Amino acid sequence: MINAAGREIPDEFLHDGVEPFQGIYYRDGYHYQKAAPTVRAYVRPQADKLVDSVKDAVIATGLKDGMTISFHHHLRDGDYVVNMVMKAIHELGIRDLTVCASSLGKAHNYLVTCIQDGTVTGISTSGIRDEIGEVISAGQLKHPAVIRTHGGRARAIEDGTIHIDVAFIGASTSDQYGNASGKGGQSDTGVLSYMGSDVHYADQVVILTDTLVDAPNFPAAIQGIDVDYVVLVTKIGDPNKIATGALRLSKDTRELGIAENAAKCMYHSGLFKDGFTFQTGAGGPSLATTIFLKQYMQQEHIKCRWAMGGVTEPIVNLFHEGYIQNILDDQAFDLAAVGSVLTDTNHYEITASQYANPFNKGAFVNQLDFVILGALEVDVDFNVNVVQGSNGILQGAPGGHPDTAAGAKVTIIVAPLIRSRLATVRTRVTSVTTPGESVDIVVTDYGVAVNPRRQDLLAAFADTDIPLLSIEELRDLAYQYAGEPSPLEFEDQVVALIEYRDGTLIDVVKKPKLQK
Amino acid sequence: MTVTDRIRRTMIFLNTQRAALVKDAFIYRPDCVILDLEDAVAANEKDAARFQLYQTLKHVDYRGVERWVRINGLDTDLFEEDIKAAVAGGTEGIRLPKTETASDVQLVEEKVAAAEKQFGRPVGSTMLMAALESPLAIINAFEIAKSSPRLMGIALSAGDYVRTLHAKRTVAGIELFGARSQMIIAARAAGVMAFDTVYTDIDNMAGFKEEVELIKNMGFDGKSLISPKQIKVAHEIFNPSAKEITHAAHVIQAVRDNGDKGVGVLTVDGKMVDIAWVEGAQRTLDLAKAAGLYKGDLA
Repeated sequence: MINAAGREIPDEFLHDGVEPFQGIYYRDGYHYQKAAPTVRAYVRPQADKLVDSVKDAVIATGLKDGMTISFHHHLRDGDYVVNMVMKAIHELGIRDLTVCASSLGKAHNYLVTCIQDGTVTGISTSGIRDEIGEVISAGQLKHPAVIRTHGGRARAIEDGTIHIDVAFIGASTSDQYGNASGKGGQSDTGVLSYMGSDVHYADQVVILTDTLVDAPNFPAAIQGIDVDYVVLVTKIGDPNKIATGALRLSKDTRELGIAENAAKCMYHSGLFKDGFTFQTGAGGPSLATTIFLKQYMQQEHIKCRWAMGGVTEPIVNLFHEGYIQNILDDQAFDLAAVGSVLTDTNHYEITASQYANPFNKGAFVNQLDFVILGALEVDVDFNVNVVQGSNGILQGAPGGHPDTAAGAKVTIIVAPLIRSRLATVRTRVTSVTTPGESVDIVVTDYGVAVNPRRQDLLAAFADTDIPLLSIEELRDLAYQYAGEPSPLEFEDQVVALIEYRDGTLIDVVKKPKLQK
Repeated sequence: MTVTDRIRRTMIFLNTQRAALVKDAFIYRPDCVILDLEDAVAANEKDAARFQLYQTLKHVDYRGVERWVRINGLDTDLFEEDIKAAVAGGTEGIRLPKTETASDVQLVEEKVAAAEKQFGRPVGSTMLMAALESPLAIINAFEIAKSSPRLMGIALSAGDYVRTLHAKRTVAGIELFGARSQMIIAARAAGVMAFDTVYTDIDNMAGFKEEVELIKNMGFDGKSLISPKQIKVAHEIFNPSAKEITHAAHVIQAVRDNGDKGVGVLTVDGKMVDIAWVEGAQRTLDLAKAAGLYKGDLA
């Protein structure tokens, strides 16, 4: 069946209430029964919840073949937790597991072994990259991977689409009762936002920490009342890889030009007023928009009420300089963000559900005025792909992209028109991550295209020096340089399902045919 | 007359060897680009660069950005082929390095005319610009500036000049003061444009700004650049301010309104102006219009 984004969804995946994507607000007003976990009561007073090893914790949970376990990715490229737990599970010979991770990256390549030997047969994640991306693209995972947005993952857990048997949570600090936090310790992640739903909807919760502190470990992101076991390990991660030192602002004139035009679009949109709200990604041009936003804020004597998202040093700097009044933080990208959420009073940790879940009673994305996002590919219908490389291999992550795009009043995509010899703007994206219905402006180094749905923005930009082109003109320019890409060839096997944030299927990823 | 009258605040050097650079440098919106075949190109890449030059001129739409080609010097065996490739590609102009005499320009003019005929370009359509890089060149600035109807302007190139002068580059640029003064006088006397040398410390934007302000006040029309990030800053300095534009428009309007009545001296915005002000005001409006800052019909 062809869905509302024009993508073919094989009927075999449309069962048990799973529907094709039917528009970004299709499920507005939808009624559903929230899931409830089956938990154990701890009536008798306990000395503590400590178990001796990860293996003992796995045994204590009674983990069995076919169950679902969950992880977060706050430890990013420095994460030791996923591999540590998977090795223990592997040794115990438990098989056929589904891993429900907030994201997966190159720190988790041990999963490749687990996928290949059947320890792991299902994956739900935002990011699929590196070797994991290659083996899943090659069709080696038994069931198609499910790619979920950050908000979509929280929704899927809360509405019961995915049930977590055991959540394994790396925490920077914990006390012996499981009051756990992302702050302090040897491996400071700043926040533990992605586990906000897991701790309330998983049957069992295991905390892994390398820094055990005296009770009460308050303020705690995860409350001890939700935790079954605590394991003290030597290291939950490599602090040097958890957060990058500092994400530097771009000095590349091309990226700065894109950033300046993105900021100009915000300025002329009619929404750039005192108390505005925004989120910007951590890519070069996205982050660089903060330079120009600051200039506009100075010029207009206005402030931003809150900035949200993956938080980075440039955002923290604007906050310290008084241009941003509050930060809503669901992920700390660098050491400056980690430091700020630890000490600054108006820098708040929020859960992934608060951030972006479309099925709660109002996520913060719905209050965004602006979001600035990157793209691997954009097509002439303004659909964006941030998941699949132009060679067909899975190598990205939706993250909060579709969530913020659907929530924000103005969604701006920033990307170079051409990367090496690949056209970013093209007739049709390899797969749709974020539907064009939620994308308003595409800013490239060659010009700016406004979605014709947004006649208000086109009118607002008419008498400005924003270099407006149609999206087709941008595509033609890209093709003029890079040539029109030949269509990729795929086999019939579906290796991943791209779930829209509301649970409908927006696209599927098929196994690419090997190049001859 | 071949020389076209237009705004040339910035002309950025591009290494023609680098396809990624020359394929779309117009996105930075300089007034001119200089596709360089000379110093930026390694000795063993000269032919590759020339091939790339031709393809770039032929196939890339520079959207109104004027395209110049810096050929190799007359003391090389490369410049004649450079001229052919540039003219065949349809360049707007050729920048001649290390020009020392009027006859240097005239030699290039001859070769250019021949190339225009050979490749079916309108004869006289290719402009010339002379880079002055030695004390002798500075002494000959006026002769060079009036050496050819194709000559659009003269440009200072400070590296070699300072070396041969036995001077040292300073932040304030005192060692260039004589050359700059001589050049601007020569250019104005000959009725051509004058361009200042590159500013090489690309991370020092404050120093760059000071230098552009200095040469703008001295009368230069524009500056050669080496980094795209210098473009916007240079344009901002060369552009007239909103106040200057408004005043210039008032002057032109007032003179037009009163000219018929035979009034020679007027008061505009509280200041006395006479007919001698018109030229400067007109230049301000023309510049403002070319820079997209003035949309009225007085320019």
